[in-house]
Amino acid sequence: MTPSTTRGITSFGAFVPRRRLQRAAIAAAHAWAFPGLKGLAKGERAMCGWDEDAITMAVEAGRDCLRGRDVGVVSSLTLASTTAPYADLNNAVLVGSALRLPASMSASDLGGSTRAGLSALIAACQAETSGERLVIASEKRSAKPGSAQEMTTGCGAGAVTVGAGGDVIARFVGSETVSVPFIDHFRRAGADFDYGWEERWIRDEGIAKIVPRAAARLLERLGLAADRIAHFGMSGGPAKSDAAVAKLLKIAPEKVLPDLAGTVGETGAAHPLLLLVSALEKAKAGDVILIAAFGQGCEIAAFEMLAPVPAVGARRGLAGSIARRIEETAYLKLLSNDGHIELDWGMRAETDHKTAMTQLYRSSDQIFGFVGGQCSACNAVQFPRLPTCVNCGASDSQKPYALADEPAKVATHTADWLQYSPSPPLYMGLVQFDVGARVLMEIVDVGPSGLEVGTPLGMSFRKKERDHLRGWDRYFWKASPLN
Amino acid sequence: MATGIKDKVAILGMGCSRFGERWDCGTEQLLNEAFGEALKDAGIERKQIEAAWYGSALDRVNVGNSAIPLSTALRLEGIPVSRVENMCATGTEALRGAVYAVASGAVDIALAIGAEKLKDTGYGGLPVSSKGTFNDLWMPYGSAPAGFAQLATGYRAKYGVSKEDLKKAIGRVSWKSHQNGAKNPKAHLQKAVEMETILNAPTIAEPLGVFDCCGVSDGSACAIVTTPEIARSLGRDNPLVLIKALQLSASAGRELSTGQWDGSYVQNTRNAARAAYKEAGITDPRRQLSALEVHDCFSITELVTMEDLGVSKDGEAWKDVMNGVFDADGELPCQIDGGLKCFGHPIGASGLRMVYEHYLQLKNRAGPRQLKNPKLGLSHNLGGVPYNGVCAISIVGLEGT
Repeated sequence: MTPSTTRGITSFGAFVPRRRLQRAAIAAAHAWAFPGLKGLAKGERAMCGWDEDAITMAVEAGRDCLRGRDVGVVSSLTLASTTAPYADLNNAVLVGSALRLPASMSASDLGGSTRAGLSALIAACQAETSGERLVIASEKRSAKPGSAQEMTTGCGAGAVTVGAGGDVIARFVGSETVSVPFIDHFRRAGADFDYGWEERWIRDEGIAKIVPRAAARLLERLGLAADRIAHFGMSGGPAKSDAAVAKLLKIAPEKVLPDLAGTVGETGAAHPLLLLVSALEKAKAGDVILIAAFGQGCEIAAFEMLAPVPAVGARRGLAGSIARRIEETAYLKLLSNDGHIELDWGMRAETDHKTAMTQLYRSSDQIFGFVGGQCSACNAVQFPRLPTCVNCGASDSQKPYALADEPAKVATHTADWLQYSPSPPLYMGLVQFDVGARVLMEIVDVGPSGLEVGTPLGMSFRKKERDHLRGWDRYFWKASPLN
Repeated sequence: MATGIKDKVAILGMGCSRFGERWDCGTEQLLNEAFGEALKDAGIERKQIEAAWYGSALDRVNVGNSAIPLSTALRLEGIPVSRVENMCATGTEALRGAVYAVASGAVDIALAIGAEKLKDTGYGGLPVSSKGTFNDLWMPYGSAPAGFAQLATGYRAKYGVSKEDLKKAIGRVSWKSHQNGAKNPKAHLQKAVEMETILNAPTIAEPLGVFDCCGVSDGSACAIVTTPEIARSLGRDNPLVLIKALQLSASAGRELSTGQWDGSYVQNTRNAARAAYKEAGITDPRRQLSALEVHDCFSITELVTMEDLGVSKDGEAWKDVMNGVFDADGELPCQIDGGLKCFGHPIGASGLRMVYEHYLQLKNRAGPRQLKNPKLGLSHNLGGVPYNGVCAISIVGLEGT
């Protein structure tokens, strides 16, 4: 039996954008100037759609983590990211609203370093509060066209809930932190891209000297021998530096977690959490997991697996997210999505999308949470939730009804090549929910097999429109084919 | 007990501007062109008009809101002038206002006029409009063709029509309208087009290609209405052209927000048609109607409209189209003037432009397009999208029909 004072991870989830850009396509585009990039042109990297950002990915990872769990017990949410879209606006509040978390939760953003994902998790594990703490690390990395980082980085989000007692699946054993002004890379506030120093210096003078010492201190303090480490992962260093650190710590090479370089790319603040999730997905009871995040020093945390992961039917996890992929070879789409080139979208793209914040706030549960209504007179579930029932005409009869996780199918569809979309064509159609509601929606991540009447759909939280004049991106839900 | 509008109002005169890319004209000139023709046709003076209704839909590319642009353009001083807007049914709404004013006895002579200046956007198609502060937060901004293209998926799924067969049938719809438009000097597009060209045109919104979409034009159309008694007293040619029915239906969300609509038809058209046939006393529309002017904003719209109007059986319109039922020499000619396909769709004008063609046909003034002994003509407007829109139907006919 687990003591009620045991704190640790109670659930986890992940999200990786479905589009995977082939690195060979990036290298081919730059071959005229940087033929050397061919050496990095292996595998693929996750790429955000124009409508995905650190907030939308955080919502998806959070949903994955909270599937089948009572969101009412979540008492805090920390969003760790160096790429959260808003500088002065609590990004975590938006994520929490989309997750329909209680308004009484505390919500905070943590950034400043790619180690922030692990920093947030350690803080949650050390906190002495009741309720579950949700930690989400989400990153939409961006790199200068033609840089090595453009090849190696990716996008994604990991989420864990931290709690106490019988629900704990991986106990927090301890952590160690080093904070030193070792500036391997930085990005000035407001700048688009990182500026990095030489990899050899980072590897030999930074990682090799800072991380193993801190790890050794932690293991010694916890009384753990290196051979007790069943899974080791490290984020924030150049390729293979995780293996180098493992060697210095005398951790066997097979215990080093796959670095996700070939499938997702390096995801900054999200990476330590994704590595942790990959370990949780395969760990056996008694396994010790050691995760390190390098950056102006490092964070290291150790967890002990108490029980195998309970089967949650619909959990996608990291493995499921990686498997759910659409191959992408259009490199220019990456540049356009990230705003590095401005294509001529024509006059239709000039439409102003000013949002009435008054309207957004009074309908925030409908827009962020995708909460429609159910008529108490005729039981019809509907969206939007208007004062009068669409089916029976009863007034003021509706109770909130959340649609984000309800199964749905395509009722009608088209691919619109006329309307402006940053990612043409604009797929849209009537989405029929099994519970009876029907909503006109944009449909995204349509793969090569296209859409048919009856194609099963899932919901995902996305940007709806960008307001180029004012900078507020509208968020709402879009449908996407399940398979 | 209401008795409906049938035979209570006569059309005294009508006018229609040349439709097209009227780079030389603003809305004021278009209004003046249609109004001048109508006034002359009616044989009255401007000061005899006692009330006016002005239809214009898109403020951004027009003369601005309110009725003032109309009263200023036509110098309608000191009389009630109203502006109406109801998407693509706007022109018919203007007519409804004027007709109801006369029928009520409030005025003797009223004006209905509509105009739109679509070619001041700088691009093809309709401008993107706000759907209101709440809908903008969740409803996708699909183009008009994307809204109507979805009928194709619903229609194919329900009747098991192959993609290829439906593509051919909707292509045949446009082919027929181009054949007709080639004979109309006021049409924007006056050129016949080969089936091959239609079927191989670039895609706009699957499965609609360029030729499945109506033109984008500037234009204006106008009607002057009065009572049958006054029309006779003014010495109009007999028989008079009378209003037989004016009906409208607007979506209330059932198609958009419930699973009760299968995407293969337009409920608003069915509602408005049922009411219009009742008002006009029509029991067998395919036999009794002489001609149709329907809202062929897109070819697929015209195809399902044939079923919604009850002139084709459900699931059979695509065959009727292929069999030439709606051709100029077919059983029930449709879009004899070329339709929206060839006239384009200056929104505020279209409903009145359709009635104008029926008026010419009933007066035996349609030149090379003249049908033999037409008695009743139906026109149909569809605004918005099939699952969230408005439908207006007007039926006009000769005295005694």
